[in-house]
Amino acid sequence: MKKLGDVLLQPDSFSELLMGNHALVRAMLESGVRVVTSYPGSPTPEIGAAITSLPRDQNPLYFEFSVNEKVALEVAFGAAVNGRTSCVFFKSVGLNVASDSFVQLGLMDIPGGMVIVLGDDPGANSSQNEQDNRHFGRLSYIPIFEPKDPAEAYNMFKEAVRLSREKHMPVILRLTTHVCHAKQKIEFAPLKLEEQDNKPGFSPEKYGPYIPLTSSVFELKKIALERLKNFQEEMEDSPFHEVINNGSDRGIITTGLPFKSLMEVLPEIEEEVDILRLGVVHPLPEKLIIKFLKDHGEVKILEELDDFLEQKIKSLAYDHNLNTVIEGKVDFDDWIGEYTPDKVWDVLEKNWPDLLSSREERKPIHQAIPRPPQMCPGCGHRSAFFAIKKALQKEDISVADIGCHTLGYLPPYSLGQVLLSMGHSSGTASGLSLFNTEKNVVAFLGDSTLFHAGLPGIINSVFNQHNFTLIIMENDTTAMTGHQDNPGSGRNVRGETKKIAIAPLLESLGVEKIFEIDTYSQAKLTDYVKKAVEFDGFSVVIAKHPCMLKFSREQRKKGRTLKKVQITDKCREIHACVSAFGCPSFQLNQDGAVWVHDDLCIGDGSCIQTCPVQAIEIKK
Amino acid sequence: MEKFDIYLIGVGGQGIGLLSETIARAIDHAGFEVQGVDTHGLAQRGGVVESYIRIGPSHSPLIQKGKADLVIGLEINEALRGLNNYLRDEGTLLYSQTEWQPLAVRIKEDRQDVSAAIAAECNERNIKKVIADKIKLEDARMENVVILAVLAREKIIPGVKKGHYSLALQDLMAGPVLDKNLEIFLDVFGD
Ligand SMILES: Cc1ncc(C[n+]2csc(CCOP(=O)(O)OP(=O)(O)O)c2C)c(N)n1
Repeated sequence: MKKLGDVLLQPDSFSELLMGNHALVRAMLESGVRVVTSYPGSPTPEIGAAITSLPRDQNPLYFEFSVNEKVALEVAFGAAVNGRTSCVFFKSVGLNVASDSFVQLGLMDIPGGMVIVLGDDPGANSSQNEQDNRHFGRLSYIPIFEPKDPAEAYNMFKEAVRLSREKHMPVILRLTTHVCHAKQKIEFAPLKLEEQDNKPGFSPEKYGPYIPLTSSVFELKKIALERLKNFQEEMEDSPFHEVINNGSDRGIITTGLPFKSLMEVLPEIEEEVDILRLGVVHPLPEKLIIKFLKDHGEVKILEELDDFLEQKIKSLAYDHNLNTVIEGKVDFDDWIGEYTPDKVWDVLEKNWPDLLSSREERKPIHQAIPRPPQMCPGCGHRSAFFAIKKALQKEDISVADIGCHTLGYLPPYSLGQVLLSMGHSSGTASGLSLFNTEKNVVAFLGDSTLFHAGLPGIINSVFNQHNFTLIIMENDTTAMTGHQDNPGSGRNVRGETKKIAIAPLLESLGVEKIFEIDTYSQAKLTDYVKKAVEFDGFSVVIAKHPCMLKFSREQRKKGRTLKKVQITDKCREIHACVSAFGCPSFQLNQDGAVWVHDDLCIGDGSCIQTCPVQAIEIKK
Repeated sequence: MEKFDIYLIGVGGQGIGLLSETIARAIDHAGFEVQGVDTHGLAQRGGVVESYIRIGPSHSPLIQKGKADLVIGLEINEALRGLNNYLRDEGTLLYSQTEWQPLAVRIKEDRQDVSAAIAAECNERNIKKVIADKIKLEDARMENVVILAVLAREKIIPGVKKGHYSLALQDLMAGPVLDKNLEIFLDVFGD
């Protein structure tokens, strides 16, 4: 068996089929990174999984999942100003949380070097938006590399470290979902783990000032701009830019994965066009772009998400009096969704209908029934939603938050009517409860999210005496992103740690009304929620049950077989189990009979209490 | 090797990631160029999960709609979805008859005869239909090794043979888990 950790630590060069996120860890090892931090979020958490796969005694990396992205970034920054090369990685929207500290990084002299790996998510595969984080690079004077595939991500990471160290500046490696997760055979260089010294490198005298206040802000900003300019000049002829010349008068400027999509559809296009693919998307290699514009009568900017390149390239053309026809986004559809090969075809067709013919979508004879994601069999969140629904009035307002429990917004529970971001729920619920005497307001919050960004909203509810009920969906883990530990788990990536228990924490904050109950005690939970909602003021219900996906996986790993439930002949086909409780293990025949799918059932038995005629039992 | 594109589809929890990793590694062991990509994240919670595997020279890890040479469906409703969206005319559909009812069926909002829908589509577009053997398994996730064995037995992926699949399994598993999987593999392969 090839263990990932062993593969990544091989001293000799080798080639292996690996996904982008895993290949990055080899790049970290090869380039002497020492400190890596993160908060989990798709599409990047597998980077963490690859780091933790390294055998403990051979792992030169210090790694932590911090409580949120801002703290993760600060830990990485602290290490890097102390001379330790660091890397922080997180998902697209993670940068919003980190941004208050992030925007300062460009102003700082970072002798150790620091790489920020961003997992953007065009197509919103697993995010609440598809924000284009290239804007953040411009906002903060920080350069951005953008690889087209895993092999290039591996190589670019090493180049980013090199430049970051040399220029003492932060560098962004911007990945997108299908670069993170794509798998390909990658050629890896040899690995020589060098002994590194632990001498403190932090020196405000030598590298500072590090206090950006009063006039030093202007000085630091000027240095940041100079560093960026210097970076730009060095990157003009970077091998990560690519020109494909077919001698055409038409050209396309593109980047990253959209380039690969373009290459995919190119053979089907009537005429061969020229391509300039940019490996650095901020700051732009201006000379290279100007030359490409001059060489072509017509240039299409093919870019996913926003018109980031388009604006800059058009202004370059204006400044240089070029009369090349530059075509960017045509309509709003061009701003939306991932640039897959199919999408690239549709986008190009709008500009060049003479080169690409319209593709008709074939209508299938029978459409497949949609399959939205749902909570797992045995999930404690399901028991919670089933019980909470019984405690609320139809008109009550429910505020969702981010995590597996967001799925409660779907039928049959339909709990959760508004969602902004991780930890928003207390704040939003507070606002909803103002000038509102008719409807109760209930908010949900996961345990990882409570520690991540939920606490300020809770404290504000105490401080400003808001009137709503917060239901904390505690499952001891960060479930949605793959079961990372959180401060309530009593474990971190290295082993045991102090567990921060939620109820005492809330008590110490002055929350007056706190109920706590295992969600499998459904009737009690219903009762507690009723009482909490009746309470005039801020109340909290901690609805807890350990994540059952994690539990059932652990059981299977230990070779234990899980029990199953079955339907007995007491069944009256009331369908509470299948339609209202909605565990996916229950299957409904056309004739109304219900049965339990053994592939799905984990025998947790949380369903037994949902049957009004006691027709569910554990199979002997 | 000529281009050959495989699209896999199933339900979160069926273990599609491991199946696709095994197939990709088998292709690599057979000496062909391969790349691919899987779904991660939200959809893994009981939603539709998909995976792309591309053999031979290709650029994007993603396959265009209606252009896959082979669609593998781990669940019957998903087999229909994959067939409709990704399989080319005259391609091959390999699927398992396992059914995990979608929510709409369980809450009585929808229902369909999926086998008939698949048959109609295959018939219309001259698609070769292969149904994976139905055998009793102690764990539903072992269905994946049945799919592997059928791929090997029916020589569905050109040039990828029994030995390549078992090498791939050995890359990814060890001990009793490997033994159990190899046993089912050989059993279904008919050796
Ligand atoms: C700022 C930000 N960081 C990370 C994520 C990714 N993310 C989505 S769900 C989730 C897990 C939340 O865990 P928890 O609150 O414990 O809920 P659970 O999934 O365990 O029910 C995370 C980290 C995100 N959406 N936004």
